[in-house]
Amino acid sequence: MSDHNYVPSSKIGKWFNDRLPLLTLADHLKEYPTPKNLNYWWTFGGILTFCLITQIITGIVLGMHYVAHADYAFDSVEHIMRDVNYGWLIRYVHANGASMFFLAVYIHIFRSLYYGSYKSPREVIWIIGMIIYLLMMMTAFMGYVLPWGQMSFWGATVITNLFSAVPFFGEGITNWLWGGYSVDNPTLTRFFSLHYLLPFLILGLVILHIWALHVPGNNNPIGIDLKKPSKDTVPFHPYIVIKDLFALLLFLIVFAFFVFYSPNVLGHSDNYIEANPLVTPAHIVPEWYLLPFYAILRSVPDKLLGVIAMFASIFILVILPWLDTSKIRSAIFRPIYKQLYWILVLDVLILGYMGAMPAEGTYLLIARVATVYYFLHFLVILPFLGKREKTLQVPLSITEPVLGGSPNPQMVKKRERT
Amino acid sequence: MKNIIKLFFLIFLLSSFFTKAYSAGEKLDLLKIDWSFKGYFGKFDRGSLQRGYQVYTEVCASCHSMKYLSYRNLAEEGGPEFTEEQAKAIASNFEVTDGPNNDGEMYTRPAKLSDKFVMPYANVQEAKISNGGAYPPDMSVLVKARSGGADYIYSVLLGYEDPPEGMILDDGVYYNKYMYGNKIKMPKQLYDDLVTYNDGTVATPEQMAKDVVTFMAWSAEPHLEARHKIGFRALIYLIIITILVYFSMKKIWSRIESEV
Repeated sequence: MSDHNYVPSSKIGKWFNDRLPLLTLADHLKEYPTPKNLNYWWTFGGILTFCLITQIITGIVLGMHYVAHADYAFDSVEHIMRDVNYGWLIRYVHANGASMFFLAVYIHIFRSLYYGSYKSPREVIWIIGMIIYLLMMMTAFMGYVLPWGQMSFWGATVITNLFSAVPFFGEGITNWLWGGYSVDNPTLTRFFSLHYLLPFLILGLVILHIWALHVPGNNNPIGIDLKKPSKDTVPFHPYIVIKDLFALLLFLIVFAFFVFYSPNVLGHSDNYIEANPLVTPAHIVPEWYLLPFYAILRSVPDKLLGVIAMFASIFILVILPWLDTSKIRSAIFRPIYKQLYWILVLDVLILGYMGAMPAEGTYLLIARVATVYYFLHFLVILPFLGKREKTLQVPLSITEPVLGGSPNPQMVKKRERT
Repeated sequence: MKNIIKLFFLIFLLSSFFTKAYSAGEKLDLLKIDWSFKGYFGKFDRGSLQRGYQVYTEVCASCHSMKYLSYRNLAEEGGPEFTEEQAKAIASNFEVTDGPNNDGEMYTRPAKLSDKFVMPYANVQEAKISNGGAYPPDMSVLVKARSGGADYIYSVLLGYEDPPEGMILDDGVYYNKYMYGNKIKMPKQLYDDLVTYNDGTVATPEQMAKDVVTFMAWSAEPHLEARHKIGFRALIYLIIITILVYFSMKKIWSRIESEV
């Protein structure tokens, strides 16, 4: 890092910075050398930070009006929708914000898979990211329980019941999670408490995620190591800030479209029916962002093995940096991996679709094939491919593919001036 | 720039894919009418809302509650927009139990604007025993609680038919083309001229169904008009600022030799 010797210009700034180097940090964030060839897939980090903060702020306001009690939760949500000033807006931003958050995180993860951002020296960034993703799923799941509609209740019942598959301790674990012998008021109150807590853990991990990122610096589309700062990099401010802002605004247009014109399309209509332990909905479906894992869970006939498969499907992502043996990061220079990558994307989409369908007949068969392929991709194909694949020639610097190796004199001049 | 268009096209595709996967449950073609509240500028038809309230209160309210509505809502902006006097008059037709008073007694009084809609039954059990074991669902958020929404409820209201040959229905069960499982415990309700509209609209079953479903759609989403209005402004604002930021970005990145 190039900014260790930053000295604030004002006297008071220097006095403060000597005691707590916040200004040094700010300067580092401003000057942070970023590869100049980052494409728009790289803007989702900023978008995700925005999503998290939006969720926290809207969530805190909702928490002021929400009542975490089995008898009043549903009514209090309707109270928010009807009588709280702009309560409908805050709730729809929060509910659709969760979906937008996951949309962005999936793009962020798949960007990392395509460009090999999880590889050395960025394994720790990746692992922290996976922990964030896991916490996000837990938070979202518990958040979906809070309105105490039919899908809330039965979704909670199905997911918490998974733990009953654990041998010997299964029943004990589920009773401990529920705070009783079924999903009931104690479950709701603890889910509310945890739903309030976990986002702040996520926030802390996001800070670590960014910190870990700032040690090796960003990966980039061609996946090579860069000298920093150099003519291959630009300072974070204003170049990346303005680009992230532009992408965020485009994202917000999509977001606003959902919030204002189809706020309930991503939710399930059954969740506007108050929870009733005596009536089971025809199909219990989790939120869309959990569907691929739900499909994996259901495609294994044995309950315990299904649960193991579901957790394994996330865990293998954690150890991915060691499963992928290829030294080349970016898929651009890995012709076979590139194709397998898109097959994996398709595979996950198919799993997601099957997760929404009833687990029977052809649907189940397709889900099983897709599940097997998912594990095959990570556990067999990737380790093998890395050793055998004939990769393309990797350029030495970012400017090389653009300028054909010769430094552009005009550009050098321009950089000197700034 | 080409990339980002591709990217957002992909996001759009992905979200519509999951939306489709999510709502893939419904198969039957519902009766569709041109609801005034659909679309970017959708608004409720005031006349239809007021007539819908009349249908609700004269036909549905004997069995179905609307517990999240208050009488004051009838006079609020974006709703049926009865005048405050009208809403007060409507409220005063209903009796509510209040109290305890200073003698420790509960008493009844005419309803006020601030009161919730009076429920037809004291509790779920009473509702069930009065309706052959079936609980008439609360109608306040029903439009949002059924996939197919307004179209679905409209279709069910008009979907009564003779059962197909060979189908034997129990007492108090009726055949309905659009109902899930085709069996419904609510008998057909809407017949020609069941209500007399003040504004002279002819009360055909289709008209009454349309009016009452419009009323239910408002009750499920009382701030729909504000949402559409704010949404339109928000989108215009976002599009303008996005264009401005785009050109600022181009300007800033023109300092260096690189694509953005």
